[in-house]
Amino acid sequence: MSIFSTKKSWINLTIWVLLIALIIAAPSVLPVFRLNLLGRYLSLAIVALGVDLIWGFTGMLSLGQGIFFALGGYCAAMFLQLNSAGEFPNGIPEFFGLYGVEKLPFFWEPFKSSIFTLISIWLIPAIIAGLLGYLVFRNRIKGVYFSILTQAALLVFFNFFNGQQKLINGTNGLKTDVTQLFGQMVGSEIMQRWFFWISAVLVILAWFFARWIVRDRFGNILIGIRDDEARVRFTGYNPVIFKTIIFSIAGGLAGISGALYTVQSGIVSPQFMTVPFSIEMVVWVAVGGRGTLLGAILGAVLINYAKSLVSEALPASWMFIQGGLFILVVTALPEGVLGWIRKDGPKKLLFLLGINKKLETYPSLEVNEQGEVKS
Amino acid sequence: MTSPLLELKQISVSFEGFLALRDLNLVLNQGDLRAVIGPNGAGKTTFLDVITGKVAPTKGDVIFKEKSLIGQKEFRIARKGIGRKFQSPRIFENLSVQENLALAVSRPKTPLSLLMNSLKVKHLDQIQHLMSIVNLQSKANIRAGALSHGQKQWLEIAMLVGQDPDLLLVDEPVAGLTDEETDLTADLLKSLAGDHTVLVIDHDMEFIRRLDCPVSVLHQGHVLKEGSMSDIQKDPLVIEVYLGKTDEEEQ
Ligand SMILES: Nc1ncnc2c1ncn2[C@@H]1O[C@H](COP(=O)(O)OP(=O)(O)OP(=O)(O)O)[C@@H](O)[C@H]1O
Ligand SMILES: [Mg+2]
Repeated sequence: MSIFSTKKSWINLTIWVLLIALIIAAPSVLPVFRLNLLGRYLSLAIVALGVDLIWGFTGMLSLGQGIFFALGGYCAAMFLQLNSAGEFPNGIPEFFGLYGVEKLPFFWEPFKSSIFTLISIWLIPAIIAGLLGYLVFRNRIKGVYFSILTQAALLVFFNFFNGQQKLINGTNGLKTDVTQLFGQMVGSEIMQRWFFWISAVLVILAWFFARWIVRDRFGNILIGIRDDEARVRFTGYNPVIFKTIIFSIAGGLAGISGALYTVQSGIVSPQFMTVPFSIEMVVWVAVGGRGTLLGAILGAVLINYAKSLVSEALPASWMFIQGGLFILVVTALPEGVLGWIRKDGPKKLLFLLGINKKLETYPSLEVNEQGEVKS
Repeated sequence: MTSPLLELKQISVSFEGFLALRDLNLVLNQGDLRAVIGPNGAGKTTFLDVITGKVAPTKGDVIFKEKSLIGQKEFRIARKGIGRKFQSPRIFENLSVQENLALAVSRPKTPLSLLMNSLKVKHLDQIQHLMSIVNLQSKANIRAGALSHGQKQWLEIAMLVGQDPDLLLVDEPVAGLTDEETDLTADLLKSLAGDHTVLVIDHDMEFIRRLDCPVSVLHQGHVLKEGSMSDIQKDPLVIEVYLGKTDEEEQ
């Protein structure tokens, strides 16, 4: 992806300036309720970046990212619950009492440590994604079969988590908003402001990280796998390893995203692993623009913000609007909104509508020339 | 005498009962240039599939540098020094010419090395050199998908050479090329032989003649005849199953 034309960098720069302006202005202009929503959507942008890496770049449509998202959320919630369990009977989280559990299940133990938790939030989803991915990729399962398989895995995880009352409170999930962190209630305004900032910074870091991955030959191999996997093999690369790594990275990003989302929405539950939610993640990336990274961020933030506004006004209609949006993008803007803007879409539209008299072609010629000169 | 670079021993491939290759034997020595011709469906592509690990033979053995390749993964076979050009050009259309070549010349071909190291100067030079061989210097930053058909064929050949293989397997490199491009391709392949061992599959008799090398005729999964182009053309059996027919088809 070294063909970084000047026009493309201008568009990127503009979007970044707007995004950062929004992030900086938001805490002082938005009421805390809205700020909290924006923070949640920024955290969703991180899982979307992962979806873009595996789908937009590598061509693997995963419908199971909710697994890794939820795992990250559970890791964070388990720590927070333990961190504030002191006053409860047996010193373990309150919900255990409902099921007569008196001893903390063994796998909760390490989550007493904040460092373990901070690592496990991304490492556990990354390891599980890596293992799952390796098995699938080694057997050369691709395309639709891969998508179905990831969705099946999602259902397995959903049902498992749903049924484990005695271990993780089953379908009720784990609440975080009434837990304590640094002597503050996690759901308090001051904490939520902090989580907004953390989400904003982590989105930007995640973008840099993803950008670093796709920037050079590693990213080109991913694109090669997407476009012609056999060629990659005959060129001497092992696609299985590359796919496993990128799937694992996307899993890790999903975990971070899920943890941030959990602390800002106040609960993690198996609802994070429902089928529609994982599909929505794909829709954000498709609408924003596959293989653009920035498009994934835009898609996640804008669609979710639109969702919250529409749902407040017309509660029943969001599903239709989202479905319609997806169909519109797939048919009219197959490269997503950002891909469309980069390809002079707006100019062509103005031309079609008769607003712009003539289609100026020479500026893009100029860009091409520059592209050629620059190496 | 040194042992051959590549040896196919009694290779048979059965696709659900249909024998695409039958007891095929073939020997290539270091530096050889060899042409393989044969009618459509003779099994030419299938036998490249066997060498490169894409298809497992039902029977027989493939020996490369004195070791069997049977059961090895495609990418390992490629790393051992076998490069393959496909029948229709297969390049990475969404990458630039330079990026395509960079993937071919990179070494080691591991994720960590691609991520952490930048391309060595020696490899950058190699890319420039490859582009000059196939006349694509002016297209270095052009998306490979935007190249003409002939340029794509050449880019793929350049990628093969960039892998620095001992053996190049080239499947129909001149399909769809102009006469001039065909001649240039023949000269290019001839110049590669010697340093490399080159096996070329094609239908174009003019092109094969220009390669001026031993020819194997494949028919129904079996080597019908081996010899020089002029020997082959005189052989009544070959004329019957192949040459006569091709001439008709070409009308
Ligand atoms: N995967 C497969 N499954 C079943 N049959 C196959 C398969 N691959 C090839 N064949 C059959 O094997 C025979 C040999 O095919 P192959 O592609 O090797 O021919 P070819 O000599 O390369 O022909 P062409 O000149 O058309 O490229 C053909 O009859 C083909 O239909
Ligand atoms: Mg063939």
